[in-house]
Formats: sequence, structure tokens, C-alpha cells
Amino acid sequence: MDISFTREHDELRETVRRFLEKESGEAAVRKVMETEDGYDARTWERMASELSILGLIVPESYGGAGLGAVEMAIVFEEMGRVLYCGPFLATAALAASIVREAATDAEKSRLLGEIASGKLITTLAIAEESGEWSAEAVAMRASRHGANWRLDGVKDYVLDGNAADVTLVAAKADGHLALFRVDGAASGLERVSLPTLDLTRKLSRLTFRGTPATRISDKDIRDALSRALDFGVAMVAAEQVGGAQRCLEMSVSHAKTRLQFGRPIGSFQAIKHRCADMLVDVEFARSAAYYAAFALDGGDDAEAREAVQIAKSFCSEAFYKAAAENIQIHGGMGFTWEHPAHLYFKRARTGLVMFGTPGEYRQKLAASLGL
Amino acid sequence: MAQEITAEDIRARVRKLLEEAHPDHVDQFTFRGKQYDHGLAWVHFPEGYGGLGISPGFQAVVADELAKHARTNYEDMMVNPIGIGMGAPTVLTHGTEWMKKNLLRRIFTGEDIWCQLFSEPSAGSDVAGLATRATREGDNWVINGQKVWTSFAHISKWGMLLARTNPDVPKHAGLSYFLLDMQSLGVEVRPLYQMTGEAEFNEVFLTDVKIPADHLIGPEGEGWKVAITTLMNERSAIGGAGVPRKGSGSIGVLMNLWRSREKSGFAPESEVLMRERIAKLYIESELLRITSQRARAARKAGNPGPEGSVAKLVQADVNKRIWECAMDVLGPASLIYEPGYARRRPTSRAKESRTALAKYQFLRARANSIEGGTSEVMKNILGERVLGLPGEPRSDKDVPWKQIPRNG
Repeated sequence: MDISFTREHDELRETVRRFLEKESGEAAVRKVMETEDGYDARTWERMASELSILGLIVPESYGGAGLGAVEMAIVFEEMGRVLYCGPFLATAALAASIVREAATDAEKSRLLGEIASGKLITTLAIAEESGEWSAEAVAMRASRHGANWRLDGVKDYVLDGNAADVTLVAAKADGHLALFRVDGAASGLERVSLPTLDLTRKLSRLTFRGTPATRISDKDIRDALSRALDFGVAMVAAEQVGGAQRCLEMSVSHAKTRLQFGRPIGSFQAIKHRCADMLVDVEFARSAAYYAAFALDGGDDAEAREAVQIAKSFCSEAFYKAAAENIQIHGGMGFTWEHPAHLYFKRARTGLVMFGTPGEYRQKLAASLGL
Repeated sequence: MAQEITAEDIRARVRKLLEEAHPDHVDQFTFRGKQYDHGLAWVHFPEGYGGLGISPGFQAVVADELAKHARTNYEDMMVNPIGIGMGAPTVLTHGTEWMKKNLLRRIFTGEDIWCQLFSEPSAGSDVAGLATRATREGDNWVINGQKVWTSFAHISKWGMLLARTNPDVPKHAGLSYFLLDMQSLGVEVRPLYQMTGEAEFNEVFLTDVKIPADHLIGPEGEGWKVAITTLMNERSAIGGAGVPRKGSGSIGVLMNLWRSREKSGFAPESEVLMRERIAKLYIESELLRITSQRARAARKAGNPGPEGSVAKLVQADVNKRIWECAMDVLGPASLIYEPGYARRRPTSRAKESRTALAKYQFLRARANSIEGGTSEVMKNILGERVLGLPGEPRSDKDVPWKQIPRNG
């Protein structure tokens, strides 16, 4: 597999980077992360109208750009650098992916265009109180009332559940796993915004009590859900590369300028070697995330699955290590609220758990390698 | 040579070479001599010196076309690794006309094996601090000192010798680079036995060895500059090594050892831990493979990044952990060392069992983070040259070499 970027890719990266430097600098992130919905509506609108990245993976026939995992990974890497705070992962990656994979044509028409144009914040609810992100772990059942469906139960750790205009819910129906569309303002839906460890990523608990829902899949969505999750994991891996790279840059810059014992601390091997180790981790994480993105676009399902497992395992841990080292290298300053190191550390920590742990992904990989 | 040479032109040249000499029918020296004469030895060298003055990328086309038509493959790395990888570029860049005319072809054919005499017992990572002395006596230089870790010294015709011609100036400025005839009087080569019992390397003792003055490579006192050419080629020779296939190499052996383990050997909870450990090593091996591919693509595109140095560092670490894991898979059987410690030169390991090989590799791997630059030095390089961090304060700069504290 040839992992190399084209000039168009470089231009996309450059455009997104410039946009985010203006719209999502540290001050903006700190402001937005203190709000309940966790996003800036004007930035969101511009991401649709000026950058066209909300519909990046939406097929052109539905009003999107019709691009793939590689382009999306570039956007995520840049968002990870600045800790962009907003429902992009939920809407543009997870929801767009599951709708593209599993929804009926009518529902694709209804949802994808609105996602691409920025009119609809959408999320995908999979995990329940057990906190597992997999088709197998879905226990919620939908019940039929005449021509209509109703949902009962709890979906937990739902990304941007409070901000979402529409929530897509995985639930069992007629012995299949099906996808339902639930309106944010639906009756019988209680949305509780959770106090998250990582303030830059909003989570909600959604309680359904006879909540009206529209079934939008006509086939079992087990495989589609796995693919959408794999897509999400790969995008978070790219985001983690961006975050880890930024931590490395902060550490190196500090190590060059911070003077102790009469010289820059980066001239001590104790610090220099930590930075070198971070660089190694970042480069390997980069290989892992890019491999996953290229494999997802490559069309070989088995290879894509393995590449995603590798990316989850390596990138999440590399980012966590880099974020932790970044605090250490900054010393006391790195432990303050004022310094951004903790924001990266918290994002990195939650990335280990969300969608499954690195250990779980290694066990899956071990099984498919016949170990 | 015209700029617009194509891969097809190169293939045609190879076929013409094969009409004159075919490796399946003539010996190594004859075939490779003809290959040199056709400019297909190292295509990026100038015409007349075994090349065509074209992009090194075309060398792969030569190899590919040869493989299509011939079963016999005289690989550079088997024929004369030090001579071809490092000696030839050094001679081409810094050698005299006499050296280029008389040495290059015989390097390529393998008639003259080459070795590199840089490291010393007291100069490992700090090779520029070396102590072997060269003093001028009439038309000769007289050499006294000791070299170590010299691969192929026992079969070499020529050695690339770095020695100190002036101890009164700072260390880098006092070095000169010599072409040493290994058959000279006073050159004594002894096998250097490693912890495996094998001697892949040698110690070379130099006692009043005479080198003719015209065997100096580059000007007197500029040996370090010449040595950099040699060392740069060492690095690109290592970094440019073939990328292993998915799941092959060390990790492939480990996975096979694990799959064929004694089923009763591990408690269920240990099984879980071992599976995850091996999966983790597989992941790192895969990322090494992919990172090497990225390094290669970046070099091709003309903007080499840090991927190559990063890969060298991780390779050493992962390889050590793979063989440690293999020993754990073998369990009590790892108490036994089938290869034995008989002192010997390396021989083919083709007949050894997978188990025996794993134990040998476990021992051999300790050198991975030392040879070709210790991991600590590699991290300094990454920190200083890639990340731009400041260097350590130095006590060996701007002072005469003879005032620098050293061992031995």
C-alpha cells in the first residue's frame, strides 16, 4: 500500500490548519469548552459554507464532497492539534458514516444533505450503561406500535447528545439490529449532559421512555455499525496524531527556552531523550493512523479492520504518553490550569477508553492473527 | 548520458550485458566485471567508473531485469558489503585518480574485500576521539594502534583507516584517512569473540605499519570529512535495506513459535497476557514496516524526514523485545542452548531448528542497540538534528586532543 499524500491533500491540510488557527485557538477552545453544548455556531456554519468539511464523506449525489477516510483523517489530525471543540466527530464522521452505510435512500436524502450544509447536528448512540461500543453490546429494544416505533432504555456516553438535533440510535427490532432516528426534542427523551473529564468533548446520557423513533434502516446494521465504528476509531487516531505532535512541539519549544542550572533544559539528555522518544512515538502513530485511513479507502475489509486495530492500539497510547510527558517537561507550569498541557492530557486519557480500550483492540487483533 | 534515459533503456542495456556474460554460466568476478564495464554496477556513478551518471533509482531496474533472466544472483551484500556500501562512495568522492581506476572495479567484483578501521577500544560512540597514531617518515606514514569491531578484516585486501596525524589540535582536526593494504607487515588480525561464542568481527593490531604517502585519502588533517562520507553511506545502507514483507522476519518466527507451543505450557491467564504481548510486538513490527515505507517514499520525493533514524532506533528495541518474548514462549526449554558456545566464525544457520535460532537471536539482539550507533547516540541525533534541541556543554571541543581525558 502506497501511503503518500497528493498536492490536493497538502492544500486541504493547509486550508484547514489556517482556518482552525483563527477559529479554534486556545482562547476559543477554553471559551467553548465551558459551554454546555460545546461548540461555536458561527465556526460550525463556516466549516460547512467555506470549507465544505461537514459533508466531506457525504456522496456528491447527496450534496457532499464525496471524499474518503484519507481526506477526513487530514481534517481530524488538524483538529487534534488545536483540540477543536465541537460535534464534528459525532456528526461528520460517525453519523454521516452510519447513514451512508445503513440508511434507506429516502433517509439518506433527508439527512446527508442537511449534515453537509451544517443545518443538522447529529450523533450516533451505541453504548449503554455497560459502556461498550459494539453491535454485540446493544441491548436496547424497539417496540412497534402500529406503524410507529418506540424506544425504551438508556444510551450512555453519547457524544454531543445534548447539542444534537437528531440522534441515531442502534437498537434491536424484530430480531435484527436496526437504526432509528430520534428527534432531539422528542417526547419521552431525557438528555443529561455529563460532567466530563475532558471538557473539550461533550457526552450525554439519554434516557428513552416510550420515545417515538423512526426506523431508518431496512437491513440488519451489524456490519454497517462495525464499519462506522472503525471509521470513527481511525479518525480519532488521526486526531491523536495531531494532538501528540502538538504536545511534542510544546515540549521541544519549552526545552529550548527554559533555563535551569544556567542552560536550556533541552541540553540535558534526561529531557532530550524524552523528546526523542516522543518523536519516535509520534512518527509511528502517524504511520498507524495514515495506514488505517488508506486501508479504509483501499477496499480490503480484512486489511482495513487490522489497520484500525493497530491504529487504536498505538495512537491512543502514543498520545497519552506524549501528553503526560508534556506535563512533566513543563514542570510546575505544566500542572497549572492556565497552561494548555492538561487539556491535551485529558483529551488523550479519554481517547484511550472511548470506542474500546487499546487492550481490547489488541485482543481482537490477536484473535484474527490466530495467536 | 542523456537526461531522458528511460527504464526501458536500462533494461535493454542489461539484456545486452547478459548476452556477453550470464551469471548462470560465468563466475562472479567475470560477470560482475562485465556489469561494471557496462555501467550497471552503481548506475549513479560516472561513466567509466561502473555507472552511467543517472539517478540511483534506476539500480532497482537493473536488479529487476537481472532477476527476470538469471537464477544466479550475486548480491552486493554477500559479495563485499563494506567495500560496495562504503568503500566505493568514499573512493569516488575523495580518492585519487589512481585509486578510482585501480580499486573500484575490484571492489564491485569482490576480488578485493574491504573493511573499515574506525572504532577503537577507547573510541566507540566518540570515534573522533580515536588514538591510533600516524607519523610521517620520509615517503611513508607509520601507524601504531589498535582497531576493534572490524568485520571482514581477516579476509580483506584493503582497509579504510582513520588515524591521528596531529594530537596537538582539536580532535576532529587531527585526523587523516588512509587506504591500508591489510597484507602489510605489522597488521595482525585476531577474531573477536562475542557473547554468542561467534566471531563476526575482529580486532586489528597495528604495529609500525608503513603506508605509502600517496595512499592518503583526502588531504592530511581532513580525515574526519572523509569519514563522514563513509558513515553517511553506512547509515543509508542500513536505512535503505529492504522492507520486510508483512508478518515476516523476527515477528514471523515469534508468532510461529507461539502457535506451535506446548498447549499445556501456559495457564489460561498467562495465555491472555502472552497473546496481548505478541499482538503488541506485531503492531510495532507492522509500524516499523510502514514507517520504512514512508521513509522510502519521502526519500524518493526528495524530502527525507526523520522516519529513517526513527526506524533504526525502534528496530533495535523491538527486535530485543521480540526475542525476549520468544524465550518466554520457550519456557524451561530456554534453559538449554543448543547452538553451543564453541568459539568459531559464523557459519550458515540454515540447518538449525527454529528453537535454536531463537535462542541465538536472543543473545545476538543485545548488540542491536549498540552497533551502527547506540540508541543513546541516536536519541541525541534525533533531539539535536531533528528537533533542534541544544547540545550538551562539551569538554572536548576547542582543546588539543592530547589534553582530553580518555581511557587507555
